Amino acid sequence: MKASAVTDKFAAAFNDVVVRQSAEPSWLSALRQQSFSRFQEIGFPSVVEEEWKYTNVAAIAKGEFSPVTHVNGAAIARQDLDAWTYAEAPVRFVFVNGIFRQDLSAQGEAQAGVVALTLENAAGDDRFADSIRQTFARRAESDNGFVALNNALFAGGLFLRIERNVASNYPIHLLFVAEAVTGKAPASSPRVIIQAQANSAATIIESYSSSGAASYLTNAVIDFEVEDSARIQHFKVQRESANGFHIAATRANLGPKAKYETTTINLGGAISRHDIDVVMDHEGAECAVDGLYMVEGNQHTDTHSVIDHRQPHCTSRQLYKGILDGKSRAVFNGKVFVRHGAQQTDAQQTNKNLLLSNDAQIDTKPQLEIYADDVKCTHGAAIGQLEEDELFYLESRGINPALAKNMLTYGFAEEVIERISIESIKRELDSVVLNRLSQGAGVSGLEVLK
Amino acid sequence: MLEIKNLHASVDGKEILKGINLTVNKGEVHAIMGPNGSGKSTLAKVLAGHPSYEVTGGEVIFDGKNLLELSPDARAREGVFMAFQYPVEVPGVSNAQFLRLAYNEKQKHLGAEELDPLEFKDLLKEKAALVEMDASFMTRSVNEGFSGGEKKRNEILQMAVLDPKLAVLDETDSGLDIDALRIVAEGVNKLHSPDKASILVTHYQRLLNYIVPDFVHVLSGGRIVKEGGKELALELEEKGYDWLKNSNGASAAKK
Repeated sequence: MKASAVTDKFAAAFNDVVVRQSAEPSWLSALRQQSFSRFQEIGFPSVVEEEWKYTNVAAIAKGEFSPVTHVNGAAIARQDLDAWTYAEAPVRFVFVNGIFRQDLSAQGEAQAGVVALTLENAAGDDRFADSIRQTFARRAESDNGFVALNNALFAGGLFLRIERNVASNYPIHLLFVAEAVTGKAPASSPRVIIQAQANSAATIIESYSSSGAASYLTNAVIDFEVEDSARIQHFKVQRESANGFHIAATRANLGPKAKYETTTINLGGAISRHDIDVVMDHEGAECAVDGLYMVEGNQHTDTHSVIDHRQPHCTSRQLYKGILDGKSRAVFNGKVFVRHGAQQTDAQQTNKNLLLSNDAQIDTKPQLEIYADDVKCTHGAAIGQLEEDELFYLESRGINPALAKNMLTYGFAEEVIERISIESIKRELDSVVLNRLSQGAGVSGLEVLK
Repeated sequence: MLEIKNLHASVDGKEILKGINLTVNKGEVHAIMGPNGSGKSTLAKVLAGHPSYEVTGGEVIFDGKNLLELSPDARAREGVFMAFQYPVEVPGVSNAQFLRLAYNEKQKHLGAEELDPLEFKDLLKEKAALVEMDASFMTRSVNEGFSGGEKKRNEILQMAVLDPKLAVLDETDSGLDIDALRIVAEGVNKLHSPDKASILVTHYQRLLNYIVPDFVHVLSGGRIVKEGGKELALELEEKGYDWLKNSNGASAAKK
């Protein structure tokens, strides 16, 4: 299929956005136009590109999607959200097919110092415009067609600012729900900018769910600006439907002594791709970029991470684990850059994979590029199967082989799940992991692990 | 209770056990001794059903059942327990969760009552006291970060919880300091009763000062080459395993 035939499918939606968003600042309109032209030029990525070598998105390029540019008849009501909310996070921003829905959201107790408004409104507000413009500028030149498409099509995005010296009382939940509303599969373009001003602190939960097993495309771009000595904990839980496509780009820019800790749990989707970039362009910044992907059947998941040490005295930690069953395939590509002059960098990166099936496939590529000479860096990747000795040990205590296998797999996943400091998310993930494992194994009684 | 008849077993095609005969009755404690490579650990693993060991001949009857036809987990539920020489770490699964799961699997098999976490906690507390284990071990992942001695005590704790008919202790004394050895041995002694039996696999006589065997069997080259009472262990300690090589025509006596 010619690139133009693919990108033309989004032209009507783009024109619709241009009309609907005519009130937005001209720099933003220009950015949309520039990004759409860019998308028309480069289209969706293909496997000839190094960064997309192992992830073929032809199913998305060939798909017939209906891009969602405004609230259009989604039937989800507040009570439908209960299955996806967390008791610990009463402050909730809900997006249906990528569009922010004030009517479904919950502010909890009003919190002084936490400002939230639609991204379009914020972009036209002098208090926020400059910083938003800077964040967009970093994304403007992207050579990733998905990011360009999001730039062009996003609508109903959210801007969140945690003001200077404020610590959010509650975790803030960004809840993205996919719902089929027309004959065609919806394509959503969630867009959120989170700005943690100097010395502020917040926990952000970003979760993706769907109300059915329908096919759809989520193409999200989420940016964090973590300023001087601010601290952000970020937990992403991706539970898209088995037929959904999840493409997401997360980026965090860290200020001096800023701290960004993120844990991503990737469970859903026919194809999922997560690009996560952490840029440390100021001294003393610190990040932890952890994750777990768990796939089965014909699922495909790809994590591309870039941790960029541009200045001295920054620290990064990365632990990504993967569990692959069936004929699933996973990709982990983790780059750690230590730039010229970034002395006293301390970077550790680990990717570990557990293959539960002989038909599953993992491509892992941890990469460390160091251009400074006084640094402490380690990295490594491992691929393994369940150890016969470990299974035998459990079986020798009367535990049947299927359950023994599940316990060991659960144990493997637990190291990452434990990093999520919110109890109800942890318990949800325990249950998801265990239930998925018990499928076809004829195992019951796994609740005993709780 | 246990009858081993002309048992042959190999690993990676190499024959390790070359015809073992051994009868263990209720209430008895048997010690299996022998030099490194004699096959004594292999015997323990074959009884527990380790998948790397292939039984090439003979039979093992446990309580009237053909043990070799049972899977490792089924053997455990029937009442066979092996304390591992190198207990395995199971990250992410707490000791208490693991033990309750194993306990309930057995109860289910016996048609007996399964315990909920609270009820089990009481049972666990009582059993943990036997091996002087602190409550903090119960919430830690199975064996993860445990010292060698703690791992061995954890094995005996598992044994106490699962209450097996036949306990096979594979080099449980190895790597233990004298205090840990005492605790482990006292635990084993307290768990022993007239309707149970134990097999102690050990290289050294030391353990047998604490757990006194009724019978001692000496393995060499995959066969039992000498048998006797507890005094045989002392004699071995004094003379060393070389003594066996020199005692020409060591008898493969049947009991």
